[in-house]
Amino acid sequence: MALLEVDDLSVTFARRGQRAVHAVDGVSFSVDAGEVVGLVGESGCGKSVTSLAIMGLLPKQPGLRVGGKAVFDGTDLLQLDDRSRRDIRGRDIAMIFQDPLSSLNPVVPIGLQVTEVLTRHRGMKGDVATKEAARLLDRVGIPDPTRRLKEYPHQLSGGMRQRALIAMAVACQPRLLIADEPTTALDVTIQAQILELLKDLVRDSGTALVMITHDLGVVAGMCDSINVLYGGRVVETARRRPLFREPRHPYTVGLLGSVPRLDAGRGERLNPIPGSVRDLLPWPDGCAFSPRCTRRLDACVGEPPELVLAHDGRSYRCVNPAPVPGLARAADAAPVPAPREEEK
Amino acid sequence: MFRFIIRRLLQLIPTLFGLSILLFIWLRRLPGGPETAILGERGTPEMRAAIRNNLGLDEPILFQYGRFVRRMIRLDLGTSISTKREVTTEFLQRFPGTVELTITAMVIAIGIGIPLGYLAARRRGRLLDHMSVGGSLIGICIPVFFLAYILKAIFSENLGWFPSSGRQDPTLGATRITNFFVLDGLMTREWDAAADALWHLILPGIALASIPLAIIVRITRASVLEVLNEDFVRTAEAKGLTENVVRRRHVLRNSLLPVVTSIGLLTGGLLSGAVLTETVFAFSGIGAFVAEAISQRDYPVLMGFIMIIAVVYVLVNLIVDLSYSLIDPRVRVR
Repeated sequence: MALLEVDDLSVTFARRGQRAVHAVDGVSFSVDAGEVVGLVGESGCGKSVTSLAIMGLLPKQPGLRVGGKAVFDGTDLLQLDDRSRRDIRGRDIAMIFQDPLSSLNPVVPIGLQVTEVLTRHRGMKGDVATKEAARLLDRVGIPDPTRRLKEYPHQLSGGMRQRALIAMAVACQPRLLIADEPTTALDVTIQAQILELLKDLVRDSGTALVMITHDLGVVAGMCDSINVLYGGRVVETARRRPLFREPRHPYTVGLLGSVPRLDAGRGERLNPIPGSVRDLLPWPDGCAFSPRCTRRLDACVGEPPELVLAHDGRSYRCVNPAPVPGLARAADAAPVPAPREEEK
Repeated sequence: MFRFIIRRLLQLIPTLFGLSILLFIWLRRLPGGPETAILGERGTPEMRAAIRNNLGLDEPILFQYGRFVRRMIRLDLGTSISTKREVTTEFLQRFPGTVELTITAMVIAIGIGIPLGYLAARRRGRLLDHMSVGGSLIGICIPVFFLAYILKAIFSENLGWFPSSGRQDPTLGATRITNFFVLDGLMTREWDAAADALWHLILPGIALASIPLAIIVRITRASVLEVLNEDFVRTAEAKGLTENVVRRRHVLRNSLLPVVTSIGLLTGGLLSGAVLTETVFAFSGIGAFVAEAISQRDYPVLMGFIMIIAVVYVLVNLIVDLSYSLIDPRVRVR
């Protein structure tokens, strides 16, 4: 059984007098123990909201509706009360955020920000906690950890801060780690280091990792399987190799095609996906990507495309997928009904 | 740290110097002098001249200023024109009362204001929030002396719970050491005297606290609302910390920065502006004394008072800066 099974997760922000925003609109994916899963998509496709919803960290506000399921090790996280959720957060599921500076409390020393997790979930206090915190900082590659413990976030470099945040996240050896664009705010050289560190940690501890990113390079280097999100829904799921070798959903094709390549000819232009993520068709009216899609058919509009389960375990949500060379279409795909009725 | 304090204290010297020049010129340019205040309208020109000569007011203004500065250096503020006593003595007797009153008011304002502002932010848009925001508006709008009269009428005259005037029951015959009555009572172990002095502080303290309380509630609320949206609060939540720890360590501490600044400014304001409250409760602090000095054109008292307030302001703000650096490592002083 999967460690985390997200099923038909939806997050809606409704405001009085305005149209409700479906930030996440029926996302389903699963994460096995020890697996690295990518959630990929442009800004605004619902990646971060998905992770915050799983963690129960969405800002409480009137008009917020979270639907569906997020089953972690047999318990539906979305049904938990506040108290049991706090018990799981930081201990079983931990999270790393995008901007390491604003994600650290500026007026609390790094040491306390690490030890407070140890105190909360592992009952450590005083010297024991400090020693363990120093060990954790050392583990994530922060030199001179004992001194760093007494310092404040503004005294650390960007990469250091992200390392400190990672130390806090892995302090209780969680079974699942969610990293929400952990390298976006960092220099390229530091990015690589941080990704290496995450890879190392995951390999050593057997922690499963959900990697949220818009960066296909990150995905290619790390993930076992990948979910491509568009308009708050997963449009393609595949293992890493098949996805990069033969993407099926036109959006995935577009994403891969828009990555600048070093081996491209000098005069060649970049290949962005036309339009912007705002040109969104609401899912009930058809494929959300259809306004920007180069393979659009009449069948794309009218009703949402169903999830197609292909023979190799991959799935995509498209009526006119990109062809796979050398495979007979008929054997390749058999339509499977979408897992839920569309309108509730 | 130590050097920072010294540097700030040295800054006092030019401040006071400039202030004294300004005040000296300004006060002497005011129409009517102490001789008019003493004699009224009936005095003959000869009598006026005699008084001016007596007080040294007929000398050239630069000469007067030089004498003033020489005295200041010896911490001698001169003699009050109206009471004929040393200004320093008068202040030592009355200023402690005002300080006690101000501390009481600020303790009330901070003790209620910060928790209330915090709760209002947490319950944003609900009844408690609306009540505290509305209430603080009323608190700012009601004139302090009016509130003082109402409190006095209800709680001392009608219900008899609190004394209506003075700083302490004179029949107790309490020992005086510092003229801080509560402190004196504690130092001499005259517990009943300390309690009685404290009891006298409650009503005027509440009246004086109304405006700072309202301001602190609003600033705290706004600041907490801002901090609640910060990423690091989300990080703290993601760690699964208990609500209590998230609130205390991560929300409240960061929200206090602007509140501390305003507390400093408000305290300075209370020390110099407690006149009306002191008058209503016949509380012999510095406020009523200075109000009297203004109508009497009692230059030495006015000069001394304003200089002392300037010093107090600088000291209070020094304390604010120091506590600021305790809370926020980013502005820590070296």
